[in-house]
Parts: sequence; structure tokens; C-alpha cells
Amino acid sequence: MIRVQNLVRTFGDFTAVNNISFDVAEGEIFAFLGPNGAGKSTTIKMLTTLLRPTSGTITLNGLDPNVKQREARQSFGIVFQDPSLDQEQTAYENMDLHGVLYHVPRKVRVQRIESLLKIFELWDRKDAMVKTFSGGMKRRLEIARGFLHTPKILFLDEPTLGLDPQSRNQLWTHVKSINETEKTTVFLTTHYMDEADRVAHRIAIMDHGAIVATGTSAELKEQTNTDSLEAAFLALTGSTLRDEGADAKQGLRQMAQMFGRR
Amino acid sequence: MGAIYILWLRELKRYTRSRVQVVVSLGQPILYLLAFGAGFSPVFRQAGLGSYLQFIAPGIIGMTVLFSSIFNGIAMLWDRQFGFLKETLVAPVSRLEIMIGRTLGGATVAMIQGTLVLIISMLFGFRPHSWAVLPVAFFFVFLVAMVFSALGTAIGSVIKDMQGFQLVMNFMVMPIYFLSGALYPLANLGKVMTVITRLDPLTYGVDGLRGSLISVWHFNPALDATVLAGVACCFLALGAYLFSRIEV
Ligand SMILES: Nc1ncnc2c1ncn2[C@@H]1O[C@H](COP(=O)(O)OP(=O)(O)OP(=O)(O)O)[C@@H](O)[C@H]1O
Ligand SMILES: [Mg+2]
Repeated sequence: MIRVQNLVRTFGDFTAVNNISFDVAEGEIFAFLGPNGAGKSTTIKMLTTLLRPTSGTITLNGLDPNVKQREARQSFGIVFQDPSLDQEQTAYENMDLHGVLYHVPRKVRVQRIESLLKIFELWDRKDAMVKTFSGGMKRRLEIARGFLHTPKILFLDEPTLGLDPQSRNQLWTHVKSINETEKTTVFLTTHYMDEADRVAHRIAIMDHGAIVATGTSAELKEQTNTDSLEAAFLALTGSTLRDEGADAKQGLRQMAQMFGRR
Repeated sequence: MGAIYILWLRELKRYTRSRVQVVVSLGQPILYLLAFGAGFSPVFRQAGLGSYLQFIAPGIIGMTVLFSSIFNGIAMLWDRQFGFLKETLVAPVSRLEIMIGRTLGGATVAMIQGTLVLIISMLFGFRPHSWAVLPVAFFFVFLVAMVFSALGTAIGSVIKDMQGFQLVMNFMVMPIYFLSGALYPLANLGKVMTVITRLDPLTYGVDGLRGSLISVWHFNPALDATVLAGVACCFLALGAYLFSRIEV
């Protein structure tokens, strides 16, 4: 379903993704784990046509997403690591806009929006502006939106970031159920090892832009001679902290807030 | 089509929902009408040029459309920062459709703003020389809105922070305004200024507005409309290209 060969992405002279290759089968739940700055989000951005690869090839559902953009985009859904909602519209309007952009027919759209907002317990607040939502509610809305057009492949970039245990449970239960009933392929990243352990069929561990190990949770533990996925992860990636680049966006967000745009 | 419509609608909703912004953005033209319309009137009249309010109201309508259009384009900066831009960029619609929806939305908002300022200037005593010319004036408002909304989208596609925004406001939007003949007649300007004002697309917009509203033409309607339409097409093409290059 997803085939990546020798994928590279550089920013200036920094190599964020360094020659990675992997395959994800149809109906598989594939987890991408790695320390901060490993290159997980950059990989997802290349898979979802947001960034152009420096070199290497990608095939999604048999298509090159950079050539057959429209078809490829129709076939996947994505929940970004960073927020991507329209704060100035209501929850319902955000869902509806998404449905229109993904060509979901009106009837189906209305039904699915209702059922998804109910599943993620946002139906009561559907007509409230997104900017009035709590962090977790926004996150749930982003997730609900990702499911709206019944994608064949679902990319989840740290979907549970900032969610309470109830919502996390709800999310993974839903992900598992559509994976089983609709054969949706899922490509996820997370920093919670227990989640990866619980839902992922196969796991790849990435560090400094390269994949250092791939396999089932059991295989990774065996390979590293450890008894938990977390221990295996630490054995593979070391225990030093990764320095993340200073968050330049933060300053601008504050600026924009001062202008009352939030 | 659906995508263009829903993105156009979004721009409109954003405008109608932020009442504060509507009021704030009308404050500036009102100030100009007051300060210039009343303040400069005596000088202008002494020079034998008639009523300055009559003269300047079309210029201020042009200014409002200019600012509003460009600002809407640059508002893409916030969509980039708050992440909504990503949502539209991964959707299975062409970048061209997204860009057109946004630009038309911005142009529509600018036209509404221009219309409001026309009404306000009438409250101040401005009178078009005949009511029959209003459709022609609206046509010019539309052209100006398209030119600068497209330019706004082009700029919004390349700037990434507030510094860029300041740069554009100070070194692009203000000069476009001041060098356009919105505030003074274009006759007898001196060689350099004549050349500069003729390179400014807003000059033709203001001339079209002033010509249609108070029947004082520096050029002629056909020339104004042709130049504006031509520039609009160039900026639309530029905007579409730059928008298609965005990476997040
Ligand atoms: N637009 C960019 N310009 C320059 N460097 C970038 C850009 N985007 C990402 N990087 C760099 O690429 C590296 C990988 O970033 P990426 O976001 O893929 O990490 P990640 O694995 O998703 O980390 P996290 O777990 O913190 O989300 C980081 O060092 C980051 O600073
Ligand atoms: Mg990331």
C-alpha cells in the first residue's frame, strides 16, 4: 500500500531524512517511532505531498503522489502533529469544509459528520467556534475530520498528543475497528510506547533521519534482548536528549494573538 | 467548483463575523475623509480645483479596496501559522482552485468595504454626478479588487512572518497608494512622477473610479479597464504559480 525507496530530504545542508526504505501492506497498522527530531513528521509530509522529496521514490496505493496528486490525496487522510483547524469557524463548519474539499456527497457528509462528532463527543458543541475549544477537544475534532472521507490510508502524526486517557482509548478503538472492518491502512507515529505496542502490527524505529530497526514489537524486544518496547526503544536510540530547533513559530503566534486573530 | 465556493464562503464568513475588524477598517477611510475632505478643502478650492471632497472620495474608495484586498491575501500568513493552510493543501483539489477561491473571497470582501466607504462618503456630502454611473464605478471597484487580491495572494504565498508583513506594508502598499493619484491630480506632475504614477496599477483604478463617479478623467475608461484587466491576469498567474510552490 505504501512503498518508500531511498527517500531523502534535506533542508539546506541538514539531512532530516536520510535514505530510508520501507513497505506497508494493505490493511496493516504501521508505527513509526523515534526521538524528537528523528524525521518522522518530515517523512509523513513527503508521503502526503506537503514536501517534495530531495530524492527517492514513493508509491501510495500504486500511485506516485507527486505525479498523480489528486488521486493520491483523495485516497489518504491525515491528522497532523500541529493544529490545522480553522479557529474562526465552528466545529461543524470545519467538518463540512473538509467534506466539500474531499468531494463527499452532501447526504453522506451530513450523516458521517453527525456520527463522527458523536463518537468523539463533540456533537453538543458542534456550533461553537473552534477557538473556544479546549486543547483536547480541538485534537478530537482534528481526528474526527481525518476519518470523514473514509480514506484508504490514514496518517496519524502523534494523534494522542494532549488527549486524556478516555479519548485516547476511544481513538485507538476506533482506529482498530475501521482497520478491521474497512481494511484501512494506518501509518502512525507516537511517543507512547504502550500505544504502539497495543495497536501496531509492525514498528519501525527511526533516529537521526535513518531507520535503525523494523519488526513486530516481539521481534524488536528479542533483537535487543529487552522485555518492554520502551526498553527496546531506548536500547536502539540511546538515552541522550535530542536538541530540537528553537520554536520560531511561537513568537509569531504571540504576535498574531496580539492582533486578536485567535 | 465546490472547493472554490466553500473557500470563498469562508473568507466572507470571516469578514462578517469580525465586527470589530469591520469597524476598525472603516475608521481609516473616515479619518481620511474628515482630515482631507475638510482640512484640505480651502486650499484646493483656492487653487480653483473645486471641491476636494468630491475629488478625494473616489481615491479613498480606491485606497479602501487596495488595503482590504492586500490584507486579505496576507491573512494567509495566519492560516499558515495556525496550520489551516495545510488542511487545504493536502486536499484533493488543485492548488489553482484553492487560490481562486481565496482570491475571489478576498476580492468580494474588498468590494463590500469599498461600497461601505462610498456610502459613508455620501454621508459626508459626496455626490456622484449621476446615479446611472454606479454600475461603471462598481466595475472598476471589481477590477481593483481583483488586481490587488491576486497580488495579496502572491505575497501571502511567499512571506512567512510578521517582518515580511511590515516590509510589504511599508515598501509596497503605502507607495502604491501615495503614488497613485488618489490624493492629488495627475496633471502637471513633473517627468519622474508622471512615469512613476503611470507604472502604478492603482492609478488606473482611481482614474476609473473618479472618472465614472465625478466625470473627471485623466485617461479614458477603455484604457483604465484594459490596463487593470491585464495586470489582474498577470497577478493571478503569478499568484497561482507562487501558491503552487508553497511547502509547509
Ligand atoms: N522546514 C524545515 N526547515 C528546516 N529544518 C526542518 C524543517 N522541518 C523539519 N526540520 C528539521 O528536520 C528534523 C526532523 O524533524 P521532524 O519534524 O521530522 O521530526 P519528528 O521526528 O517528527 O520529531 P518530533 O517527535 O519532535 O515530532 C528536525 O531536526 C527539524 O529541525
Ligand atoms: Mg513530528
